[in-house]
Amino acid sequence: MSDTQTGEGEHEDPSRRDFIYIATGAAAAVGAGAFAWPLVSQMGAAADTRAAGSIEIDVSKVEEGQQLKVLWRGKPIFVRYRTQKEIDYADSVDVASLRDPQTDDERFVPNFEGKINKSLLVMIGVCTHFGCIPVGEAGDFEGWYCPCHGSHYDSSGRIRKGPAPKNMVIPPYKYLSDTVIKIG
Amino acid sequence: MSGHSTYEPKYAAEKWIDKRLPIVRMGVDFMAFPSPRNLNYWYAFGGILTLCLMSQIITGIILAMHYTPTVGEAFNSVQRIKRDVPFGWLLQSMHAVGASMFFLAVYIHMFRGLFYGSYKAPRELLWIIGCAIYLAMMATGFLGYTLPWGQMSFWGATVITGFFGAIPVVGESLQQWLLGGYSVGNPTLQRFFSLHYLLPFVIAALVGLHVWAVHHVGQNNPIGIDIKTKEDTLSFHPYYTMKDGFAIAVFLMIFALFVFYLPEALGHADNYQRANPMVTPPHIVPEWYFLPFYAILRAVPDKLMGIMLMFGAIVVLFILPWLDTAKVRSMRFRPTTRRFFYIFLFMCFVLGWCGAHSPDDIAIPMGHGGMTFKWVSRVATLYYFAFFLFLLPVLGWVEKTKALPDSITKAIHDGEA
Ligand code: HEM
Ligand code: FES
Repeated sequence: MSDTQTGEGEHEDPSRRDFIYIATGAAAAVGAGAFAWPLVSQMGAAADTRAAGSIEIDVSKVEEGQQLKVLWRGKPIFVRYRTQKEIDYADSVDVASLRDPQTDDERFVPNFEGKINKSLLVMIGVCTHFGCIPVGEAGDFEGWYCPCHGSHYDSSGRIRKGPAPKNMVIPPYKYLSDTVIKIG
Repeated sequence: MSGHSTYEPKYAAEKWIDKRLPIVRMGVDFMAFPSPRNLNYWYAFGGILTLCLMSQIITGIILAMHYTPTVGEAFNSVQRIKRDVPFGWLLQSMHAVGASMFFLAVYIHMFRGLFYGSYKAPRELLWIIGCAIYLAMMATGFLGYTLPWGQMSFWGATVITGFFGAIPVVGESLQQWLLGGYSVGNPTLQRFFSLHYLLPFVIAALVGLHVWAVHHVGQNNPIGIDIKTKEDTLSFHPYYTMKDGFAIAVFLMIFALFVFYLPEALGHADNYQRANPMVTPPHIVPEWYFLPFYAILRAVPDKLMGIMLMFGAIVVLFILPWLDTAKVRSMRFRPTTRRFFYIFLFMCFVLGWCGAHSPDDIAIPMGHGGMTFKWVSRVATLYYFAFFLFLLPVLGWVEKTKALPDSITKAIHDGEA
């Protein structure tokens, strides 16, 4: 015991102690990071939430001028059978003048024959402002109106007036047959 | 300001404790804290706020014993608390009304600080801790409002978490991370409950720092000059415990009036409908205490700008000690600033009024049309920011202030305090 107090131990090379400091510090940093990762990550969508991510919709019952509302990932999907008037209106717009420029055709996914069906508009019925659900057949542009802060969407679901920055979103979907659509 | 300890342990047991853990000494010194002798009733709100926090924590812990944080049961469990749990109606009402009373008190407390210049040196940190408490209260109030899972709960949560979606690039992932899914749902409700339980204790810790800071630098007072002699002060107990006690009694009567006679006056009828992700209520409004910020949010047509302005409205509070350049604290001696302050107060009410209405409705009819709420809130928002960022810095330099009294005691004798 006593020789460690009086012996060379006292004048030992300081770099050994530095090494222990740095090694401990590094281990602590890595450990803290490794612990923080699960703490942060657990907040994200869980596996079962993500697994419930796709649905199939039978659109055969929707008639002209009607709209189907289906819940997908906790958000409503609008499936609207548009009238000819609404389609013509959507086509007549000068795309360059839009806040989020998109032609009406760009808002459709082709069916298995490679054609688009412009009567059946499929989109996520969520206002791109803060996520309220716009009301159909309302607003100044033959489309939807969001009551929360007054955004107007046209008959193609494109933003025309009000605070929302983007067009209503087209979800990833495909036609399984003429009348069945798979979303997600 | 801490001064010398006046505590002298008398009994053997007291002496024994005092040597080992001077906790009784701490309590006694706390009660003997020398306070300026000219404090008015606006200074009672600190005590009132402490009471509010305690009441929220006690009623909240009891509610949590009966509440179920799942989307299937949350709404029912709150209705059950109101109808079936013995005295549940009372405790639920005390908690819901209590949140409003808490905010009422905090707003008075803050405007008081603004008027008497209590954010100026050496009280900057005291003020900033106060702002942090206010921020934590807003988070707690928002999270709590989600729990009953009515229509307003759900859509309020959707709109507010939508703010984060507006942040460029990372916004959408951040929002999904906060929600624990693609939209507000069960994971959201459960984490909101967990955090709603936690935050009040964080607030309690911040209040501890806040009170520590008050005791370190001393209280400000209505004429805003420093304490010079012992004559300028009174012991906190019994003088201010009595005065605060009276104010608390009056406050509790107003509280009780709401709890027993108007329990729903501050709520919203839509929250009696269970949350429905397929239908947005025609008119979404936050609780009254968020209305001014909601008006600022909607005053500009751009989403990101709106959010930045809204957060900016709180940021200016944090940096206020460095925005106001005046040497004189109390607005009693700043006649010009005082007028602008009253306009500021008025504009805060105007913003609250605008927040409660649709932006495109007519606020002030003129001829066939008139001025819409959007435009009124633009004017008020402009004034809000101009007050902090332009008027306070500039008035500090140019204003001719009135002569300050020599001391608090002299001011009282001259009838000035
Ligand atoms: C800073 C203090 C607090 C504030 C401002 C606050 C605010 C609120 C608000 C506004 C509501 C919604 C009431 C309604 O509209 O029905 C609420 C509900 C609730 N709070 Fe708190 N709260 C606080 C502290 C606590 C604490 C400490 C707990 C303990 C766990 C708690 C547990 C609950 C529960 C279980 C509910 C749901 C039942 C209900 O809606 O009444 N709260 N809170
Ligand atoms: S959420 Fe639709 S306008 Fe704000």
